[in-house]
Amino acid sequence: MLKRLDITAFLYPLISLAVLVLVWHVSIEIFTIPDYLLPPPASVFSALYHGLISGELWPHIATTLEETLSGYAIGCGLAVFMGALLAESRTFERFFYPLLIGLQAMPKVALGPIILVWFGFGMASKVVLVALVCFFPLFVNTVNGIKRTDPELLDACRAFSASRLYLLLHVKLPAASGEIFSGLQIGVSLALIGAVVGEFLSAQQGLGYLIASASVSMSLATMFSGVLLLAAIGLTGSLIMRAIHRRVVFWEARSEKAGR
Amino acid sequence: MSASLSLNGVGLTYPTRTGLIQALQGIDLQIEAGEFVAVLGPSGCGKSTLLKLAAGLLPATEGELRLANERITRPSRRAGVVFQKPNLLPWKTVLDNVLLPATTLKLPTAPARQRAQDLLELVGLSGFAGNYPYELSGGMQQRVGIARMLLPDPDLLLMDEPFAALDALSREALTLELQRIWSTQKKSVLFITHSIPEAVFLADRILVMSPRPGRIIEDYRPGLPRPRTLETLNDADFTAACHHLRRHFTHAQAT
Repeated sequence: MLKRLDITAFLYPLISLAVLVLVWHVSIEIFTIPDYLLPPPASVFSALYHGLISGELWPHIATTLEETLSGYAIGCGLAVFMGALLAESRTFERFFYPLLIGLQAMPKVALGPIILVWFGFGMASKVVLVALVCFFPLFVNTVNGIKRTDPELLDACRAFSASRLYLLLHVKLPAASGEIFSGLQIGVSLALIGAVVGEFLSAQQGLGYLIASASVSMSLATMFSGVLLLAAIGLTGSLIMRAIHRRVVFWEARSEKAGR
Repeated sequence: MSASLSLNGVGLTYPTRTGLIQALQGIDLQIEAGEFVAVLGPSGCGKSTLLKLAAGLLPATEGELRLANERITRPSRRAGVVFQKPNLLPWKTVLDNVLLPATTLKLPTAPARQRAQDLLELVGLSGFAGNYPYELSGGMQQRVGIARMLLPDPDLLLMDEPFAALDALSREALTLELQRIWSTQKKSVLFITHSIPEAVFLADRILVMSPRPGRIIEDYRPGLPRPRTLETLNDADFTAACHHLRRHFTHAQAT
């Protein structure tokens, strides 16, 4: 029963995707759209295929992945750490929370050019931009998750002389893990945005660079293959994150099912 | 060994947006070693606050609380607590939940594990040590909470409407079970409830509280023989005791 559900969950979106590609293909034929505006799906797929076979695309993929993953790890690590610190320390909260909320309202990619000046045109600036972009949603979720821990659950543990550290590590953080994981989930797509924007600004390699440089030669098939690869990376990343979420926060879905 | 809890002139006032609220006023009470005392009162009379004070979770603004002649200033190993909700950690197994006080109080591991197993047997859950709380019914979760409370072998049990959220049948079963557990362990109990029959059935003494500010308005000993069984519920003395207590609540709502 469950297996069949899983198959249809993949099958239905694949069908609509196929229909979309078909509409794409047919409309190029009907409206005679020129290649330099919208290439037919076949030439996009062949550009993608040849790029992967010849190995031309791999360094770009590797660069973007490396920037995204390192920035994501740094940004998310800092977000959970700072979030826990802020939720625990009243002083820290008073001094920094308003500033951080103000920063959150600002579009972080606007800092891109400045970060480029500070961290150079290499990988470091992209990693910093990625970290910055995925920091905020996770940070806010961590703070909220910890603060929303059931006060009665905390009292029950305090009644057994639980220390502050025990409450943080064994009660508050697990209680916040649902929200932390949704922050991690949002972070996956934001991290890719950060990496691509960084590469648009200045880079020698990466999928963002590939798309930007292909636009100079109006090679739309290459641009589309870059976009498709980014979509594939984003999708894979969020599927992996979702699987980890389910495994780590295993009690969440089941408690709901049990009607609590 | 059981210890006695004593409260002298305990009061609690707390500030709100609209001014000071007096939750409790001039509470004097003694619980002798091994005595089962129920506190009965309408909702919002501060009886849960009273329990939090006794647990050392909240400081009193007036008066003094002592447990075995020591001032209560923070949670102590000598007192175990159970709330209306089981308050189990959903990410820990039943056994690990029962062992929580062993971790937080840094008790030696091996004897604590043995005791946890024994207590799970006592509450009839020995087959569920490896299960997670969401796999248990509400009544079973509350039994886990009771086992957790008993783990550090406290002298005083503080119970805040532990059966109020359960269905009628689980509630009846757990009430009988609590009496059985209490008779084997002989601990002092402070049992908060808003159910008159529950108070009469379980307790040696019943303290009736007034609506806010909470004060104790009667100290009543029904003197029913033990052990009490389901037959006790039909007993004339039982009914008379319930009737006697109910007169406090005929004007105000007792639920």
